[in-house]
Amino acid sequence: MKSSNHALEFVLKGRGFNRAVSATKSRTALAFEGRGAKTQAKKPARQALHALILTTTVFLFMGAGDDSARFKDLGHRMMCACGCSQILLECNHVGCTYSDKMRDQLQAALDKGNNDDLILQGFVQDYGPTVIAAPTATGFNRVAWIMPFAALAFGVTFVVYVVRSWKNRPTPALADGIPIPRGNEDELDEFRRRAREATMGGERKLLELLASQRQIVEASGF
Amino acid sequence: MSQIGSFALLLALGLSAYSFLAGLLALFSKDAASARLGETARRAGIATFAAVLLAAIVLVVSAFSDDFSIAYIFHHSNRDLPPAYKFAVLWSGQEGSLLFWSLLLAGYGFVLRLRYKTDQQLFAHASVVIAAVQVFFLLILNFAAHPFGVIQGPLPQDGTGLNPLLQYPEMVIHPPMLYLGYVGFTVPFAFALGALIMKYPGEKWIHITRRWTMVTWCFLTVGVFLGAHWAYAVLGWGGYWGWDPVENASLMPWLTGTAFLHSVMMQEKRGMLKVWNMALIFATFLLSMVGTFLTRSGVISSVHAFAQSSIGSWFLVFIALTLAVCTYFLVLNRSHLKSEHKLEALVSRESSFLFNNLLLLTLCFTILWGTFFPILSEFVQGHKVTVGPPFFNRVAVPVALLLLLLTAIGPLLAWRKTSLESLKRNFLYPAIGALSIGGMMILFGVRPWEDPSYFYATMAAVLSALVMFTVISEFLRGGRVIAGKTQQNLFSAMLQLCHRNTRRYGGYIVHFGVALVVIGILGTPFNKEVEKEMGFGDKISIGPYTLVCQSYTQDDNPNYGNEWAIINVFRGGKQITTMYPERRFYKASQQPQTLPRIYPSFREDLFLVTDVYLVYEGKNETTGRPIIKAHLNPLVPWIWIGLIIMVFGTIVALVPNAVAVQVAATTPVRAPAHVGAGD
Repeated sequence: MKSSNHALEFVLKGRGFNRAVSATKSRTALAFEGRGAKTQAKKPARQALHALILTTTVFLFMGAGDDSARFKDLGHRMMCACGCSQILLECNHVGCTYSDKMRDQLQAALDKGNNDDLILQGFVQDYGPTVIAAPTATGFNRVAWIMPFAALAFGVTFVVYVVRSWKNRPTPALADGIPIPRGNEDELDEFRRRAREATMGGERKLLELLASQRQIVEASGF
Repeated sequence: MSQIGSFALLLALGLSAYSFLAGLLALFSKDAASARLGETARRAGIATFAAVLLAAIVLVVSAFSDDFSIAYIFHHSNRDLPPAYKFAVLWSGQEGSLLFWSLLLAGYGFVLRLRYKTDQQLFAHASVVIAAVQVFFLLILNFAAHPFGVIQGPLPQDGTGLNPLLQYPEMVIHPPMLYLGYVGFTVPFAFALGALIMKYPGEKWIHITRRWTMVTWCFLTVGVFLGAHWAYAVLGWGGYWGWDPVENASLMPWLTGTAFLHSVMMQEKRGMLKVWNMALIFATFLLSMVGTFLTRSGVISSVHAFAQSSIGSWFLVFIALTLAVCTYFLVLNRSHLKSEHKLEALVSRESSFLFNNLLLLTLCFTILWGTFFPILSEFVQGHKVTVGPPFFNRVAVPVALLLLLLTAIGPLLAWRKTSLESLKRNFLYPAIGALSIGGMMILFGVRPWEDPSYFYATMAAVLSALVMFTVISEFLRGGRVIAGKTQQNLFSAMLQLCHRNTRRYGGYIVHFGVALVVIGILGTPFNKEVEKEMGFGDKISIGPYTLVCQSYTQDDNPNYGNEWAIINVFRGGKQITTMYPERRFYKASQQPQTLPRIYPSFREDLFLVTDVYLVYEGKNETTGRPIIKAHLNPLVPWIWIGLIIMVFGTIVALVPNAVAVQVAATTPVRAPAHVGAGD
């Protein structure tokens, strides 16, 4: 049972669903205590479904919570404290005075049966908050996680707004107010392209033309 | 020697300052003398290159002649340093690398000023912008990070040597490539700012800078990947990308530069996104500066920050000033940058470029945010937090996967409008192929539902396959049309197709390379590693391999002493190779260094190639026995192959288009709209 719970916790935490873990736990606790029994009795099918999902998940992830996997997982969630800026299990710099000690400490904590949070807390106490390789999902650190997705959401909104405003933009009209027929867009595009080309090389051509005209004028004696 | 170098730097500063001020005066002056003044500014810019080159030569000659009276040479070289690394001393330390930055910028400026006849006014504006950047770097070199400072007191007999991590062949190539990329973006930036200031009509500045931008992007790509390969081959932790701040700093301008390369096509083809493109190229240049600032200021701790000093404040001022100037002109002349067309349909090439830009920029923002969050945290909470690989992997990977999806779909969309019917027709077979790859992965035991990393790996495999299949289908479809009309074989027809629109098909080849790179990366969750003390005859089993320690041996040379482990690698009972992981002890710097050895299993696996990666970690202090760490890193070699293909694709895109295909038929060829219909 311990290993099953452990596996479930590992799976959920691996997905960053700490809250989901606590929510599941509290619901389970309520059910065991008999509270909310009336509600649950009304929904045996849902209860069975929950049980099925839980069993399947635990079955699927059986073994994922063994110590070597947890060692690897936790070791990759912490930095080496020597200042090499490398993940604990990836620090291999010669003569590092920290990584071996920290790995031993991690193994000892796992052997004691401590849960992940407790182990990480212990390391924070010993080496400071920078030992955790990513911001925690607490307090101001939440901002670190939220901002990228907020930026993406803002960007999507902005692009949708731009696309809609472009689509709704009125078709360019002629000087006398007569709208350009849609069927001529291709033709007009071609004209625009030529016009742009003319603008690009036009100035030089214009100067050349003016110079040649000046020469003609001078040659003609006016 | 130091006096010649110092004089050359002062002269360069004077010349570039003159080039900037006189050029500026000439631009805004209306009298007849302004043309002559502008010409002197141009020549001063050219002469700046000669002066900076002289300073760089002096520094290199000082390294070769072991002139330890110069502090920089004393700290970064020693008598027994091999010649290649003595040359690399130029960019191995802070002062030298800033000089190298300045040299490359002067070199770019030199070429630009020689080609000024293409468009004198625009080039004059760009020249002034480049001169301004040059002045900034020369000010730092003369007053904050002087490379020719001399040692006080008795002359040292030998230098303290080059950082052992930098004594690797790639270190001779990686920094120049990266710097060519960083510095190179100054050129399109200068043209863009110049065009904005003078309200340049049309898109000619984009045509002029297209090649500069692509070449620069290619250099930056090679620089970033060589950096990753250096980390893989030297640092010995078995990985190639650690989301280190300095790695991130090189990736950010690459992302915005990539976004610019895509969105600029919309301006060329449709006269759209003009403000956006300006903002992108400004951002790319500024992020290049941020990269140099991060590497050199020491504001954020990094495994790559080889120098820490006070020049950070110089960079901050320069970045703020540049940002202010760019914003000012962008706001002032925004009316000049109005779009000429409107978007006609949501399912179109234009909207795919918009979303492509959005995702690239989100990725860039995420990396910037993660890189600087520790500083923000210290400011707000009073203590730093670490933002390392777990954060970036969790946040950046989903966005990157969406980008990959768009890379697959985007090329199938036509400009203006794409019917869902044609999209379905073009997309069906690649999608079936890609999904079958995902199915095969599950069949062979990958369980995407077991772990997020497996899920991402499966998604990445499916999407990479989708990109590759769409690229192949585009080549095949176009090739078949040409083959049908010209009676050539399919391969020749595809070559001709590619030559007809090099930019489009070169781009597809780059996309193919990107997909290969992603395939190389997706092997990460399946990495294995074993660490063991190994005496003579001891074995390690890892995956299908058995590693047997044959012996250890030592060697010595004037630069370092070293020790090798001799490890025989067996697979299926048959010896396939012998590997020699190494440990060195550098005499001048008194620093040890491990050098891993890598064996890619192309002969045994081909497509599912795996790197056997061995590190000789040292000796157990208690038992005295050597420790060997073995990694199996599946698919990694595809990353480097992907890079080669990306470079090849860029070169193809730089080749001018061939004239339209000659057709023997009497009737004119009417190729389908999607064949060579645009970039």
